[in-house]
Amino acid sequence: MSLGRLPWQPGPVQSPNLTGLAVLVAVLAAATALGWWRRGRDGRLRAVRDRRPAAGTDGSVAAGDVRHAATLAALGVRPGAVTVVQFSAPVCAPCRATRRILDDVTGGLDGVTLLEVGVDEHLDAARALDVWRTPTLLLVDAGGRIVRRVTGVPDRDELLAALIPLAAGARR
Amino acid sequence: MLLDPRGPRFAAALTTVVLAVALLTGSGLLLLAQAVVFALTAAHPRLGPYGLLFRAVVAPRLDPPVELEPVAPVRFAQLVGLAFTAVGAVAWFTGLSVLGLVATAGALAAAFLNAAFGLCLGCEAYLALRRLTGRPLTARLPVPPR
Repeated sequence: MSLGRLPWQPGPVQSPNLTGLAVLVAVLAAATALGWWRRGRDGRLRAVRDRRPAAGTDGSVAAGDVRHAATLAALGVRPGAVTVVQFSAPVCAPCRATRRILDDVTGGLDGVTLLEVGVDEHLDAARALDVWRTPTLLLVDAGGRIVRRVTGVPDRDELLAALIPLAAGARR
Repeated sequence: MLLDPRGPRFAAALTTVVLAVALLTGSGLLLLAQAVVFALTAAHPRLGPYGLLFRAVVAPRLDPPVELEPVAPVRFAQLVGLAFTAVGAVAWFTGLSVLGLVATAGALAAAFLNAAFGLCLGCEAYLALRRLTGRPLTARLPVPPR
């Protein structure tokens, strides 16, 4: 079931080397670009866009996503507490490193709860919350809004900088 | 079972070289050999040929590992690699040269990203695969004892 001579192959089909070389160069170039791009984004906190602002927010942590309140509640997020939800998988080595950073960061912060969720047990929640890879972290404020999202091993300083005002707001 | 994470990284670098040579020479046999290596490593992550080479030759020249990683991510990546290279080898031997190239290119991209950037295939692909194909495992949980 040969496809015969391919249009981009020069000369007789005997030598696939030029095609192979072209594929090799293209794959390495594309993968390098992807790797650099990913390295710049991985572990960075992203603000979650405000889709349905709650009425009467005081402005301190107004931005956030309130659509997923039921899903978060089912996962065990309690209202009134700042929660970091970590989605993890058994086949994900960086999830362990992420958990260590979270234990470290949240351990020193009053009023911040850590909730690690296995994607195997909570596939529906992963779907509902638009989680595609592990580890993914969701920072949920005391009002139950997802205000930040991270994929990859989080940057410790960024995480701390985002959690401190959230925790202070929750205690107020 | 825990592994020195530098072992799989070394194996990914070797895999990159093998797949690059397979592309350059158009050797279906080399692709098949790499598929066998993936299969052996998936079955016994500590006894994979590249892992044995790492422990015999490379690890003694390095400092002891500062952390270990679980074996499940490594096994998952090997299975994905096996799928790609097996499809590639079969396609190559049956004359489906375009499919062979695409499958080999996919395996090469994953191995290179793992070797050069520490990309974790299990993190990237596992949940996406489960979301696209699998039904929730909660549907299969045993009935709790009364």
